[in-house]
Amino acid sequence: MSSRPGSTERPHSGDAGAMAAGASPSIRLVTDELRPPGPPPRRHLLSIADLDRGDVERLLGTARTFAASLERHVKKLPTLKGHLVVNLFYESSTRTSSSFELAAKRLSADTLNVKSSGSSVDKGESLKDTALTLGAYDPDVIVIRHPHIGAPQLVARVTDAHVVNAGDGKHQHPTQALLDLYTIQQELERLDGLHVAIVGDVLHSRVARSLIQAFGLVGIHCMLVGPPALLPRGLAAEATSDIGAIRDADVIYVLRMQSERMQPGANFVPSLREYSARWGITPERLRPGQKVMHPGPMNRGVEIDPRVADSGDSLVTTEVRSGLVVRMAVLYDVLTGGPVGVRALAAAEVA
Amino acid sequence: MSATELSGKTLLDADALSRTLTRIAHEIIESNPELGDVALVGIQTRGVPLAQRLGRLIEERAATAPELGAVDITFYRDDVSVRGGEAPLAPQPVVRATQLDFPLDGRTVVLVDDVLYTGRTIRAAIEALFDYGRPERVQLAVLVDRGHRELPIRPDYVGKNLPTSRSERIQVQLVEVDEVDAVLLVSTPEEETR
Repeated sequence: MSSRPGSTERPHSGDAGAMAAGASPSIRLVTDELRPPGPPPRRHLLSIADLDRGDVERLLGTARTFAASLERHVKKLPTLKGHLVVNLFYESSTRTSSSFELAAKRLSADTLNVKSSGSSVDKGESLKDTALTLGAYDPDVIVIRHPHIGAPQLVARVTDAHVVNAGDGKHQHPTQALLDLYTIQQELERLDGLHVAIVGDVLHSRVARSLIQAFGLVGIHCMLVGPPALLPRGLAAEATSDIGAIRDADVIYVLRMQSERMQPGANFVPSLREYSARWGITPERLRPGQKVMHPGPMNRGVEIDPRVADSGDSLVTTEVRSGLVVRMAVLYDVLTGGPVGVRALAAAEVA
Repeated sequence: MSATELSGKTLLDADALSRTLTRIAHEIIESNPELGDVALVGIQTRGVPLAQRLGRLIEERAATAPELGAVDITFYRDDVSVRGGEAPLAPQPVVRATQLDFPLDGRTVVLVDDVLYTGRTIRAAIEALFDYGRPERVQLAVLVDRGHRELPIRPDYVGKNLPTSRSERIQVQLVEVDEVDAVLLVSTPEEETR
């Protein structure tokens, strides 16, 4: 065992909490085999559902100290020197992939970026084989984005790496939810008791699913607003199609219309113009002081008016900045013993 | 460590601890004719109140208040991460603030910590310091040197040399953190020494 610096006992936070179990009745899925057979599970960040409030507060606290380190002359920390972080992206991404790469570099880790286009994935290699191939390089962390729900769980099963979910289908995008909590906390100086309205295509949004769970953990009241066909049932939040409902919110969280996840030919809204007229976030629909957030990429003129996107109450660029420090915190956390394990997906999550 | 395990042999009581700090303060004044250039930087957690006390003692005696800072070495440790699902080497560390509100360039930085053991904390603290600037020189003040160095690190100011075995632990308690001033020798089972 390696020697520990100093002799005095440094106080530590409480033990890693037990991971939350999927309480709802689960149908048998491929992922049921992913339960680790006995020894303590490796630490991953696959879903907000695996976190408790203490985990969230620890992650946000670590992110704040990383933010302080980025104000120095030397912005790099030696923390993950010699570690390898693989970014495996099967869907396009600007913010998430670039911020994970920079987060790893700021912590002195080596990074390897693999995108599905231009890799052997183009030649028909399966996710499992790609994961095994990359696993042979002995990476410490694999960050994965994939269009299919449960892909991060598969990678966690077939490799020895700590896995971070950077978005799987419409299921989860946990680091986005964490960076949004961080942004809200920095801007509004609290979380508990705030009201947030999530507006738009909730049905196809993994961000919304992660956010609703994250808001529940920290005591934020959440309301879903959008076209009836894009508001799924069974999420732990009130839902309405009346855009007037946003007036009570401290923060308006705008979602993009995710045309790429809509079945061809499905008509969730009559047209984008109609959507924009009824649910677009315009200056007229906001009251002074309401903050506006958007996970990006924005479709200006559809779900958000350019005047809102560029206003002083828009936190969009703050969210991008938060993404860097929160992802640094996540990489650090999975490697130093955050409590998150692989959990079988509940049926409701896959539906 | 729970509180019940902290009963151990008292090596320094409150009076002895206070006399020791006064002596270190005198030594810092004697070794540094340009006291205005000196900054005392405590290593989190207990080095920070020690640095503050030394700062007050120096100000009382030399009428010059050295700059005070704090450094957290969490992100500079050399034992981050475990693989393959083993229990972590150390529980999730609590990250504390690094505060260096003055330029380091040209200064004499006195790093202050409670116990000097392997030297790894000091190595990490020196590395952290150099990410903030380029001090003219770095000195080291520790309340207790318990031996067992694993790196070529030597303190400039030592409160007390206390040769120990690796199965023992030195517990420094300070009013600011622990509500009492004392240095204790605690025996721990072999597997808990790291």
